[in-house]
Amino acid sequence: MSFVETMIPPQAPPPAPPKPYTLARFVGSVTLGIWLALGVGIFLTVVNGWDPAKFTKYGPSFLSGLGVTLMLVACSVVLGAILSLPVALGRMSKNKIWSWLAYAYVYFFRGTPLIAQLFLIYYGLGSFRPQLESVGLWWFFREAWNCALFAFTLNTAAYQAEILRGSIESVPRGQREGAAALGLSERIAFYKIILPQAMIVALRPYGNEIILMIKGSAIVAIVTVFDLMGETRRAFSRTFDYQMYVWAAILYLLMVELLRNIWAWLENRLTRHLKR
Amino acid sequence: MSGLFAGFYSILAWVGSIVDPLCGPVGVFRWLAPGTLLACGDAGWGDEIAYGFVVTASLAIATLPVGLLIGFFVALGKQSEERTVRLASNIYTTIFRGLPELLTLFIVYYGLQILVQQLLASFGYEGPVEINAFFAGMIALGVVFSAYCSEVLLSAFKAIPHGQYEAGAALGLHRSRTMRLIILPQLVRIALPGLGNLWMALLKDTALVSVVGLPDILRQTGIAARVTKQAFEFFGMACILFLVLAMVSSIIFSNLERWTKRAEMGR
Repeated sequence: MSFVETMIPPQAPPPAPPKPYTLARFVGSVTLGIWLALGVGIFLTVVNGWDPAKFTKYGPSFLSGLGVTLMLVACSVVLGAILSLPVALGRMSKNKIWSWLAYAYVYFFRGTPLIAQLFLIYYGLGSFRPQLESVGLWWFFREAWNCALFAFTLNTAAYQAEILRGSIESVPRGQREGAAALGLSERIAFYKIILPQAMIVALRPYGNEIILMIKGSAIVAIVTVFDLMGETRRAFSRTFDYQMYVWAAILYLLMVELLRNIWAWLENRLTRHLKR
Repeated sequence: MSGLFAGFYSILAWVGSIVDPLCGPVGVFRWLAPGTLLACGDAGWGDEIAYGFVVTASLAIATLPVGLLIGFFVALGKQSEERTVRLASNIYTTIFRGLPELLTLFIVYYGLQILVQQLLASFGYEGPVEINAFFAGMIALGVVFSAYCSEVLLSAFKAIPHGQYEAGAALGLHRSRTMRLIILPQLVRIALPGLGNLWMALLKDTALVSVVGLPDILRQTGIAARVTKQAFEFFGMACILFLVLAMVSSIIFSNLERWTKRAEMGR
C-alpha cells in the first residue's frame, strides 16, 4: 500500500486563456477608429484653416448669436410654463368645453411642426396688418424676434401642459384622500402634497423639453433672427468656410450636454430622499 | 430593363393619381374647393400642395427603415460586452441627439456636396455638384431618428428577461435565430409606443427639409403664400395637412399596437 509522503507544493494558477479576437472587438476597434479619424480630421481642418482675421470678425457675432438663442429659449420656456398652467387645468377640468378647448390647443401645437407654426405667425399674421394696427399690436408682430418668441411660447406651453397634467395625474389617489382625511383644504393639499410629488415626476420631462427647445430654436434663423444658427448661416454665406458649421455644432453640443449634466445632478440631488 | 421600370413607374403614377386623397377623382380639393385658390389644375394651388403632401409622406416613409435599421444596430452595440463598441455607439447617440436637426441637415447637405465635389475633382471632373435634397434629408433625418430609436430599443431590450435568451440557447437555437424568433417579436411589442412617438417627431422634422429646397408641404404652401399674398390661409392649410398626417399615423399605430398585443387580448 502506498501513501503520500510529501504534499504537492502550491502551484501558480494556470495562465489566463488568451481572449479570442471576436467580431465584436473588430467592429468596436473599427467604429472607434472611424470616430477618432473624424475627430482628428475635423481638428486638422480647423487648425489648417485657422484664420485669425475670420476669428476676430465672426467670433463676437457667434457669441451674440449664442446669447440670442439662450435668451429666446429662457424667455419662451418661462412664459410657456405660465401659460401651461391654465391649459393643464383645462385639460383636467370636468367642464366639457374647457377640456375640449385645451385638448384642441394641445393637439394642434403638438401635431404640427414648430417651423410651420412659426411661418403661420410670422408670415401669416402679416396679412392681418390693418386689423393688428387697429388693435395696436402691430409693433409686436412686426419684429421677427417677437414672432419667434410668441410661436415658441405657444408651442412649449402645449408640451409643458401635457407634462404637468401627466405628472399631476401620476400622484396616487390615496395621497389626495389622505390629505382630505387629515382635514387639509383642497388648495393646501394641492400646493403642499400633490404638487411637490408631481414636480419630481415632471423634472426629467421638463429637462427634455428645454433641450428640445434649444435644438428647435435653430429654426428662427430662417425668419431672419440672428441666433447662433443665423450667425452661422451668415458667416457661411460670406466665407463658404465649412468650419463655421463645425463651430456651431460644437457650441450646440456643449450647451445640450452641459444642460443634461446639470439636470442629472439636480435630479440626483432632489430625489436623494427617495433613494434606498 | 429601363422600359420595364418606366412602365412600372407609369402604372404607379396612374394608381397614385386615382387614389390621391387631395386632387384625385375623389379628392378633397377637387370636390370642396373648385374655383378657389385650392382648386386643382392650373387655376389653383391644389395640385402643387397635393404633390408636396406626397413628397412629405414619402420622405418620412423612406427615412423610417434607414433609421430603424441603424438604430437597431446601435442599440445592439450599446449593450455589447466589448467596451469599445459601447463607447462608439454612445458617442453616436450623444452627437446626433445633441445637434439641432436643422444643423444636422445643413452639415449633411453641404458636407456631402463638398465631399462629392472633392471626390469627383480627384477623378478629374470639375463642375458644380448638386446633392439631391430628398437624399440629404433622408440621411440627416435617418441619422437623428436612429439616435433616438436606439435609446427606445435599448430600454425595450432591457425589459426582456435574460431567461428568454437562455431558453433560446437551451432549445439549441443559434444566436441569430434566437434574436429573430424569440427576442424580436417581444421587442416590437414593447418598443412600439416609443417608436410611435419617434415617428410623429420624424413626420414633423420632415418640414425642415423644405429649407434646403425639397418641394414638400411647407415649401409648396410657402410658394403659394408668396405668390398669392395670402400667407395665413396657406400656412394654415400646411398645418392642417400635417395634422391629417399625424391623425392617420396615430390610427395606424393604435391598430398596430392592438395587432401586436393580440395574444394578450381577452384576459
